[in-house]
Amino acid sequence: MKDKTMTQSKISAKGVQVHYADTHAIKDVDVEIADKEVTAFIGPSGCGKSTFLRCINRMNDTIGICRVTGDIRIDGEDIYDPKVDPVQLRAKVGMVFQKPNPFPKSIYDNVAYGPKIHGLARDKDDLDQIVENALRKAALWNEAKDRLHASGTGLSGGQQQRLCIARAIATAPEVLLMDEPCSALDPIATAQVEELIDELRQSYSVVIVTHSMQQAARVSQKTAFFHLGNLVEFGETDKIFTNPEDPRTESYISGRIG
Amino acid sequence: MSISLSLLIALSLMIIGFYAAPAKVRASVGSDQRQLAALLRQYGLNTALSVLIPTIAVVIGGALAGGGGLFGWLIVIVAGVAFMTAMLRVSPQQRARTEAEAWIKLILIGASVIAILTTVGIVLSMLFETRNFFAQYSWSDFFFSAEWSPNFRGDSALGIIPLLWGTLYISFIALLFAVPIGLFAAIYLSEYAGRRMRCVAKPAIEILAGIPTIVYGLFALITVGPVLRDYFASPMGFGDSASSVMTAGLVMGIMLIPFVSSLSDDIINAVPQAMRDGSLGLGATKSETIRQVVIPAALPGIVGAVLLAASRAIGETMIVVLGAGAAARLSLNPFEAMTTVTVKIVSQLTGDTDFASPETLVAFALCLTLFVITLGLNVFALFIVRKYREQYE
Amino acid sequence: MTHKSLLTVDALTRKRNTAEKRFKAYGLGAIIVAMIALALLLTSVVSTGSSAFKQTYATITVPLPAAKLDKSGTRDLAVMKKVTTIGYASLLRDGMVATVEELGIATDLNAKTIGKMLSKEASATVRNAVLADPDIVGTDMEFKLLMNGRIDGYFKGRVTMESAALDGNTSPEELQLAQALADVGVVDTTFNWAFLTAPDASDQRPEAAGLGVAILGSLYMMIVVLVLALPIGVAASIYLEEFAPKNRWTDIIEVNISNLAAVPSIVYGILGLAIFINFMEFNQSSPLVGGLCLTLMTLPTIIISTRAALKSVPPSIRDAALGVGASKIQAVFHHVLPLAASGILTGTIIGLAQALGETAPLLLIGMVAFVREYPAAYTPDAGLFGEAATALPVQVFNWTQRADPSFVERASGAIITLLIFLLIMNAIAIFLRRKFERRW
Repeated sequence: MKDKTMTQSKISAKGVQVHYADTHAIKDVDVEIADKEVTAFIGPSGCGKSTFLRCINRMNDTIGICRVTGDIRIDGEDIYDPKVDPVQLRAKVGMVFQKPNPFPKSIYDNVAYGPKIHGLARDKDDLDQIVENALRKAALWNEAKDRLHASGTGLSGGQQQRLCIARAIATAPEVLLMDEPCSALDPIATAQVEELIDELRQSYSVVIVTHSMQQAARVSQKTAFFHLGNLVEFGETDKIFTNPEDPRTESYISGRIG
Repeated sequence: MSISLSLLIALSLMIIGFYAAPAKVRASVGSDQRQLAALLRQYGLNTALSVLIPTIAVVIGGALAGGGGLFGWLIVIVAGVAFMTAMLRVSPQQRARTEAEAWIKLILIGASVIAILTTVGIVLSMLFETRNFFAQYSWSDFFFSAEWSPNFRGDSALGIIPLLWGTLYISFIALLFAVPIGLFAAIYLSEYAGRRMRCVAKPAIEILAGIPTIVYGLFALITVGPVLRDYFASPMGFGDSASSVMTAGLVMGIMLIPFVSSLSDDIINAVPQAMRDGSLGLGATKSETIRQVVIPAALPGIVGAVLLAASRAIGETMIVVLGAGAAARLSLNPFEAMTTVTVKIVSQLTGDTDFASPETLVAFALCLTLFVITLGLNVFALFIVRKYREQYE
Repeated sequence: MTHKSLLTVDALTRKRNTAEKRFKAYGLGAIIVAMIALALLLTSVVSTGSSAFKQTYATITVPLPAAKLDKSGTRDLAVMKKVTTIGYASLLRDGMVATVEELGIATDLNAKTIGKMLSKEASATVRNAVLADPDIVGTDMEFKLLMNGRIDGYFKGRVTMESAALDGNTSPEELQLAQALADVGVVDTTFNWAFLTAPDASDQRPEAAGLGVAILGSLYMMIVVLVLALPIGVAASIYLEEFAPKNRWTDIIEVNISNLAAVPSIVYGILGLAIFINFMEFNQSSPLVGGLCLTLMTLPTIIISTRAALKSVPPSIRDAALGVGASKIQAVFHHVLPLAASGILTGTIIGLAQALGETAPLLLIGMVAFVREYPAAYTPDAGLFGEAATALPVQVFNWTQRADPSFVERASGAIITLLIFLLIMNAIAIFLRRKFERRW
């Protein structure tokens, strides 16, 4: 049987390996991600952090040549079990991408899209409520309430990214994956999104991939350092940044590799 | 002087110039070619081009003016004068490369102007004879009469409406068949198919695109027409004609499948992957992503593609000549033979009637109408597709 | 929110997955329909057309009496030409009857009917042989002669005993005799080279109709198209891609070219008729006019593909050439053009293939005429490519308009020939692309 500590963590990965055709992108990664916390994945580009992130909601399934082995559990359930439908999984594990990618639809339709396809709303009023709540949680309601039916692509970059977060929240997920959500944003928009991530922690388990160590330090409680497909070090963010155990972590943080 | 002979003389002057000019400069500077303003062969090239281009200009001008007895002499004189001037100008200080390049650029510009000239030629040739036609036949009868029955007695009814009806009806059936199949084929190939499937299906569909329309026409005539008549039209009491709107429409639909699918394929692929990821990441299935995100995003492009296909269908000739029949008729029954604008253009121009009679000239008016319709569709469609592409660039 | 396990698929998801499967099936269905259409098209053409490449001949000995063929006895060609094919027909009849009797085949058919089992073309074949070599007059010569279309159809399975009984042009007895002759090897169905080399034949003798003139006409037109469209197309593309300033003029040219590529082909026929035939007074039905029409039609295709090929050469190549002091023209002609050559050639071949299969414009400039004389490439009278000719696709159309059903086989056979030419051209294009494709 599973032990107690395992049920406490939201996501638990054991011995995860990822292959792209001939390249071994993720090598034997074990990690435990807790609920209601922000976990940051850091590491130099190409280290596999985004690939690992995409394993958690099985987005890698959409790439033909990608093969994932090992064991990833959410609430103790193996998400790679043949009985699991990735469609249901992705409703539970929302994702926000590197570049804001609102659909070329209205703001309302962007947010309502998820609830609609998953059949979450009882009626029109209910859907309106879900959309409003999601936009509120994403701190976009005040800016968007008067233009709900304007196109989502007409928003500024930071607003677009918050719209994408609202879109992900609207399906009532339990985990939010964020793949470098601020890399395409200016500093002010970045600050707004970071603030938002901190608030989201109260309701969701958030996993964020980031290129910026400052950002990881600012928003996360736990940090995982990836290097060349290996999980080098995982622990409390404060500890990783002040007193890393592994020399590779130290050289990355001090700017010698990366 | 015969034109062939004068062209031969001009050609020899060109070749002589090509070798004589370098010889002349070399004679004046001796062995040290560094004193020249250009390379030796550039002097030759410049002289040859100086003869070639005026000659081409005269030949084209002469051909347009209809030739004439002195035409051959004119060519020789122009070529000769050009040769003499070019040879006299040859000197070590002459910037032969710059001059030759100016000539080359002139050729390049001339070649791209041909595209414009073609359009002008098309429009003028049709306008001219169409004016002659409307001098003999009332334009309002042509555009608004629902009767088409040319005859030799001179009281032909030449109303375009039944022809337009046949054209649009057949095109409609063709699109009804080609658009869903082409679109679904493109979606399947770009979103679902594995590599091996793509390797087989894509070239197979491209083969359909490479088959000449006469082949489709014959297919309609010997296979599709009789099959439709024997298994559908006759048993169901819709008539017993092998050539029919359905025959032509169905075969034209097959012809348009690759057209629609390759255009849609381009357009669907232009929708950024981030858009798909966004939808898949929310837990949408592939088909939900395609129907609710990809297709709406690609819609303007797809509309453009359909319009281009419609323009193709309206202008298609051989399939309807062999598959649709020759009877001008306003009917809703798709198993009846009907005719189209293009069929009548062919039949009025390949008949034995006098060229100046309205029965023949009507072909030009028909063609101009066809040209205007397809041009409108093309311009509009190309505009939409262009706008669409820019959106994602 | 109640906690839902991932391991159980809920009803809605199941429904959505069914919709997903259905959607995917539509896509697969569309592909299958397209494939079936292609297969049907090809089988239909090949099954009706492949028999055109075989032909039934009778090898018989024909008496060539001097009394009949050369009354003067001087072997004077002018006199001998006065004997028409009708005169020869009786000799062939005698030859056929003699062969039948010699072999001891019993038949109720009269001599006239037996004679008619040979093609009307057969007497012309013998006459031409005599006129080519008058010395054979007075001997008995063995000839390989065409059988008529019905007998030929019988050996290819197109004509049956039942259909012959209803047909005024033949009878089951004739077919039985033909079968008997075939059993002893006098009548034989062999590969039909004449289909590829002989000229067209009149309505009454489909068995003699060939593609010789059409192939020659198509070849001449392809030469015209290649010689004109390739240099003009490449020159125009170079200007538009490398030199043209971005202004309203070049924008108009650009829009214009994409429009020309989409103009219905029949419009080019009207253009050819009005400009080249009525205005410039070139010869009707000539490969020159046909070639000019097809050139104008193919130009946009070539320009579009050439521009794509030029565009795919990276700017760094141009910069490198300009950097060592080459002029813009030198940079383009010495460096960019050679790198784009394979793309340009591929596009040109595809344009040529398109032109080779085009029919509609050629109908309007009179290439649909019945031509039996091989056109010369050049004559002082008609000029370069000025003699009347026809073209492969037009020949197909022409044959579909004939009354005798044997022409359907000929038309399909002509299409097979056309498709083989297209296949070869496309194979060359694919080969060039594979061989010289460059990745930057």
